[in-house]
Amino acid sequence: MTDASLVVTDLRVEFSGFVAVGGVSFDAHPGEVRFLIGPNGAGKTTCIDAITGLAKGTGSARLGEKELLGKQVHKIVRLGVGRTFQTASVFDELTVLQNLDIAAGRHRSALSLLRTRRGVDPSIEQALEETGLAGELTTPAGILSHGQKQWLEIAMLLVQDAKVLLLDEPVAGMSQDERTATGELLRRIAAKRIVLVVEHDMDFMRRYATRVTVLHQGKVLSQGTVADVQADPKVQEVYLGTADAIAVGTPNRKED
Amino acid sequence: MTKPRTTGPKPWISLSGIGVFAVLLLAVAPLVLTDHWLNNLGKYCCWAIAAVGIGLAWGRGGMLVMGQGVFFALGAYSMAMHLTLETAGDRIPGFMVLYDPLAPLPMFWEPFRSAGFTLLAIVLLPVVMAGILGYALFKRRVKGAYFAILTQALAVALATLISSTIRETGGDTGLSDFKYFFGFVLNDPANKVMVFLIAAGLLIVCLLAVWQLYRSRFGELLVATRDAEERVRFLGYDPANVKLVAFVVSALMASIAGAMFVPIVGIITPAEIGAAASILMIAGVAFGGRASLFGPALGAMAVGWGQSSLGSTWPEGWTYILGLLFIVVILFLPNGLSSLPSRFPGRTRPKPDVPPTPAIAAAELEEVRA
Repeated sequence: MTDASLVVTDLRVEFSGFVAVGGVSFDAHPGEVRFLIGPNGAGKTTCIDAITGLAKGTGSARLGEKELLGKQVHKIVRLGVGRTFQTASVFDELTVLQNLDIAAGRHRSALSLLRTRRGVDPSIEQALEETGLAGELTTPAGILSHGQKQWLEIAMLLVQDAKVLLLDEPVAGMSQDERTATGELLRRIAAKRIVLVVEHDMDFMRRYATRVTVLHQGKVLSQGTVADVQADPKVQEVYLGTADAIAVGTPNRKED
Repeated sequence: MTKPRTTGPKPWISLSGIGVFAVLLLAVAPLVLTDHWLNNLGKYCCWAIAAVGIGLAWGRGGMLVMGQGVFFALGAYSMAMHLTLETAGDRIPGFMVLYDPLAPLPMFWEPFRSAGFTLLAIVLLPVVMAGILGYALFKRRVKGAYFAILTQALAVALATLISSTIRETGGDTGLSDFKYFFGFVLNDPANKVMVFLIAAGLLIVCLLAVWQLYRSRFGELLVATRDAEERVRFLGYDPANVKLVAFVVSALMASIAGAMFVPIVGIITPAEIGAAASILMIAGVAFGGRASLFGPALGAMAVGWGQSSLGSTWPEGWTYILGLLFIVVILFLPNGLSSLPSRFPGRTRPKPDVPPTPAIAAAELEEVRA
């Protein structure tokens, strides 16, 4: 289960003539925190949308032996691909426990859904521990802080037993402490899973990325370790041309 | 639109609430009410049964079912055909003879001679129809206003169809003059009480069914689907199936309501199942509180009572009062009358302290770092 890699080959996504992603290839393996970065409109989120079935893409996105493109959203999820969204989308009306319980429930039989939950699933306890939400079990998700909502989303991916975690700007709007906590969390969970992070935050990327793919205008601009990418003149040109300076040493990062 | 409140009171409170309701309906009401008002209460119970289903589909599932009259009609006309045939005995029902004395009984009437078939039809017809309709709509992701209009249009279509087939269905005059109810003489006061008790008992059963549904994992999943359908999809569920179950159950309840309506009221016409009737069912649910356990049932009973008391003494004013009530509730109590208790300061549950928003903390840190 842990050795399957996510391999994206020549992925193309068009929206009525506009090419959002034009032939992107990259791969992600368990054990690394893979980053997908690029200026606004580079096609990062669209890549994730295509992999998860939300946008129609051509080319190929394989998890191990299985092709993901062309499958229905919930079927892709059942193959072990989970994602978060830029805006935390938890079920505000339900408690943290209920949120996680629903996430853990896709293996349950239809009949067992008619019963009331008794006790807390061990996988849920583990995820709560991992994400530091153990104290919030009965809190309605709607009143969690922004950072906690993002962690709840990650916890939901953990209990749904996702092999691939596609995280769309997980630290946007977080405080520095929360960013650090999130980064450490990603490192821990990446040990056994594929973690792919779409991010604007260059500082965060520098600290936690093991490998980076830079997208620009729907194409791969550069690929490699953080040092490789930062040394790439093409990347510097693109980022210096915009407000996002990736230049070596300056800890500037884009405002959220 | 504000989201309906779903985190209700503790389960045993709701359960004892159903218990009190059951005692009031099944024991107290037959003792204290006159025959006339007991019969009226039976009618309100029927609307309440349909309302409980609407609460499930709309309040918890977010599907604005504006055409529950269709399923109400399936139950009502199944029952009415059986009772008509039971009354007519071996002869052709009276109204048919009027139009064509020599014509045989229409084919689709024939099986309704059997009591067993009739009961089966009351249960299976709405399940099959809502199943096919719901599958087609939810798999295509039809929702919101489109779903509401579509269901509403079906109610109009069915009412029109019945109106235009006078010889087969009685048309606008409907089916009436039932003398027997599965062998019991309907005019007998004792039997009338029995019919009332069946309707009230079915209402209690429906309340118990949704009580269990709401506290089950399915109930949580249904609320999740209502609030963030896409997110549910990304957890590996097909939201269409979740909605389909709620829709089918609500259709079944509407059909049961229709079936009991017929022996209690003694007549069924297209007016009872068309657009206006379907909207009146919704009005009661909105009035009482669509997402709560008791709100839909009590709201429907209140609107029913208003209709038969005010509606008969001051018919030209009642519609306006209903409209006004509706506006006031939507404006000031979007979650219905059942949300009233939580509006009083002393009764609200203490809200846990919301931690300082990280956005502010981040901005402060930014200052420090700069």
